[in-house]
Amino acid sequence: MGSKRTGEKLIYWIMRGITYLVVIFIAYILIDILLNGLPAISWEFLTGDPKKSGAEGGIFPAILGTLFLVIGTILVALPLGMFSAIYLTEYAKQSKFTQTIRMAIVTLAGVPSIVFGLFGLGLFVVALDFGSSMLAGSLTLACMILPTIIVASEEALKAVPKYMREGSLALGATKWETIYKNVLPYALPGMLTGAILGIGRAAGETAPILLTAAAFFLPELPSSVYDQVMALPYHLYILATQHPEAQKILPMQYGTALVLLFLVIGLNFVAIVLRIKVRKKYKW
Amino acid sequence: MNKQRLKAKIIKYFLQSCGSLSIIIVLLIFLFLFKEAFPFIGSPGIGELFHNIWNPVSFQKEEFGLVPLITGSILVTLLATIIAIPFGIIGAVYISEVATAKEREFLKPFIEILAGIPSVVLGFFGLVVIAPLIKQLFDLNTGLTALTGAVLLAFMAIPTIMSISEDAIKSVPSAYKEASLALGASKLETIWKVVVPAALSGIVASVMLGMGRVVGETMTVMMVTGNAPVISMNPFSSVRTMTATIAAEMGEVTIGSHHYMALFWVGIVLMLMTFILNLISYRVLKKYGMIDK
Repeated sequence: MGSKRTGEKLIYWIMRGITYLVVIFIAYILIDILLNGLPAISWEFLTGDPKKSGAEGGIFPAILGTLFLVIGTILVALPLGMFSAIYLTEYAKQSKFTQTIRMAIVTLAGVPSIVFGLFGLGLFVVALDFGSSMLAGSLTLACMILPTIIVASEEALKAVPKYMREGSLALGATKWETIYKNVLPYALPGMLTGAILGIGRAAGETAPILLTAAAFFLPELPSSVYDQVMALPYHLYILATQHPEAQKILPMQYGTALVLLFLVIGLNFVAIVLRIKVRKKYKW
Repeated sequence: MNKQRLKAKIIKYFLQSCGSLSIIIVLLIFLFLFKEAFPFIGSPGIGELFHNIWNPVSFQKEEFGLVPLITGSILVTLLATIIAIPFGIIGAVYISEVATAKEREFLKPFIEILAGIPSVVLGFFGLVVIAPLIKQLFDLNTGLTALTGAVLLAFMAIPTIMSISEDAIKSVPSAYKEASLALGASKLETIWKVVVPAALSGIVASVMLGMGRVVGETMTVMMVTGNAPVISMNPFSSVRTMTATIAAEMGEVTIGSHHYMALFWVGIVLMLMTFILNLISYRVLKKYGMIDK
């Protein structure tokens, strides 16, 4: 009996070890990039233009470009995703049509990012003739994060209890008035969580913008949505793999990686905190 | 009253059209992949795609055989899955059945971070840390191998496998567990002989979803697998996946050229592979009641 218990304990420890190996790996990535990236970060690095094709200077245009791309993406994807979620939770009945929509959302969530790139290239860049541009990139990224936003918004809407709707309807409000005044305000913070997660994903993606929007170096900041942009993930990719002196400019690469990581993980963190807060605030 | 009814109808149809947007986008994706790829069938002919050589830029004879790219993707995906399975499943069992509540509160969000790390950052980390390590460890000429990509992609698949397996394990009725314990089985026996088998189809679905993610991953593999389009099942050889081929070559092709069309065919194969993997796992999870109908 005693040896059996020791055996079990050993197995528990092995399981624990395997789980914590993953934790150690994550911690190692984060610490490695933090320690090597921090020395590269300076005011000049964050606000200056790249010099000597990225070997010196800063990454300001890339930060700004990513910001522009993400803003464009969310302006398109957030309203569409929200309306789509409202339809699915408040209006849609069990039907073949609704099932097809659900199937499409799952499919969309599984489409590889590079295929979104091909799609954006075919539709936005070539067929609609936007060229390689911020507009094409944002629209492509918007298609990509749509499922994230729909799913999160649906969850937020479903969390609002039924009696909130019934009370309003019983008082004679129309369906839309009920949704607009009695459901949406409570679902909004949850929907924002989804939006932030989507932004995080859009900010970190490289493959779609590689084919639709990004340029490694531009002499000027973009002035219209039809301009190409620089972007953080693309900048890192080029510095790390295509740069003739890739080995020598390691600090620049680490610095860019840190800024990107900080941005993406920071956004995820905000989303998680927001979610916890919302759950605490609205306990039905 | 009538005006109000009209307004309600307009709102409904507006929301419905937003709802159908997902269907439209999926259809558009298929449509545009085929539209750009289609002329390839006339010239140079669809048979070209089944050749064993991918050499799209050549003065003598351009070759558009997809076989090396497909085997490259399969090799990396299988290796990554083999590495990810033990971590993902054992981690899921540990978190849901063994870990204390406090531990769980730390482990779950921390492992979620992994899912949030941009693939280009993971690729960069692989390039500067993992590749040299693998080169040294196995005494190779280069650290840029299928194995290097697989290690990194495994860690990308782990959060997916873990969180969905965990859901599957949690959805096993506690009566099963109680019955097993009441019959005198230990906790460990109950976990591995009752709970895990009962959750198996959900776990399998989680692995397939993880594979779907790995097959479609682009930047990481492009940065660390060496990008040699050769047919090989050796983990230590450089390979080139379908995703990396599209990403690396699309920037340099003339729109409408044979090479351009061939890259869209690569996209079609890729899309179909992930579509099938996702479809099967979706079906399983739905049967399980883990996805809303």
